[in-house]
Amino acid sequence: MAQQPLELILLRQLASHLVIPMWMMDEQGNLIYYNESAEGLLGVHFDDVGPINSEQLVGKWQVTQMDGSPLPDYDFPVVVALSKHKPAHRSLRFQGLDGVWRAVEVTALPLEGQDGRFLGVLATFWEVDD
Amino acid sequence: MRALGAEVRDVEKVDVLITHLHMDHIQGLPFFSPLHDPDIWVDVWGPVSSHQSLQERLNRYLSPPLFPIRIRDLESVAFHDVAPGEFHLDGIQVTADLVSHPGPTLGFRLEEGGRALTYLPDHEPALGAHDFPNDSYWTSGYALARGADVLIHDSQYTDEEYAERLGWGHSSYTHVLGFAGLCEVDRLMTFHHDPGHTDETLDEAHVRLQQAARGFEVIPGTHGAVIEV
Ligand SMILES: [Zn+2]
Ligand SMILES: [Zn+2]
Repeated sequence: MAQQPLELILLRQLASHLVIPMWMMDEQGNLIYYNESAEGLLGVHFDDVGPINSEQLVGKWQVTQMDGSPLPDYDFPVVVALSKHKPAHRSLRFQGLDGVWRAVEVTALPLEGQDGRFLGVLATFWEVDD
Repeated sequence: MRALGAEVRDVEKVDVLITHLHMDHIQGLPFFSPLHDPDIWVDVWGPVSSHQSLQERLNRYLSPPLFPIRIRDLESVAFHDVAPGEFHLDGIQVTADLVSHPGPTLGFRLEEGGRALTYLPDHEPALGAHDFPNDSYWTSGYALARGADVLIHDSQYTDEEYAERLGWGHSSYTHVLGFAGLCEVDRLMTFHHDPGHTDETLDEAHVRLQQAARGFEVIPGTHGAVIEV
């Protein structure tokens, strides 16, 4: 694609100005952007790894439930928002690419434009005590 | 629109493309005489909304007390809600896409016989862009304007004025030059001049734009101008 949809362009602009961590995927599930605050938690600068296509995204970050048991992909909030076009929220633990395990709350929102066009997913997450 | 309407003769059908419903883009519509001529069919195309049809939204203006005639009293007109995508008008392929401007606003690319005209009268590509004007992937309007033979583009502000009107939905001279360069257009027609600019300041700005343009020609958008694509 030569250019992202306008809604994603504007959202990226907003996300780059906010200090809450934000993660953006396009309608195919490719990771197209995360902001500076998200870089702190994910343990790597976006420009060093991204964009990342949906296949390469699988397993990029180790993710578990809060008790350390496995979390199936289909229960990831971003996957729920992407596949069901519904908002999703949960707590989980993941290992940043800096090697540090962190506990976070994640909320993922499906992005729908005028005329019902599905554009992708926006997720925000914040660190909690485990 | 009134002057243009007077020139429409010996045709059975006219298409009117509206990018968005800001007043400066619709106020001429009711004075477009083919709308009142039952022998000419008029198709009006404008941006889709999730709440009301194009006709319902235009009705707010095209009805008393703002205007004496109601849309429903016009006999030979149809209104079409346009979502981002492609449609055809006779032999012309029209691509519509949302562009950076307050409220849902379309830009149009018209293509026929390998030639392309892009119309972006209200556009602030620098606002949403990452690393403007160097990253086409994250620049509003790029897909519409890429390689166009003629780009008619918002050229409202000087750089100083833009600094005080960030987010108002319009371009500075520097931005329009950068955008036209990024899109590698052939000819740029400056448009949507600031109403506060005099003919003199516009002439001066035009000379500076022509000198600064790299790789494309700059044509001043003037009242009644006709352009061959
Ligand atoms: Zn406008
Ligand atoms: Zn305007």
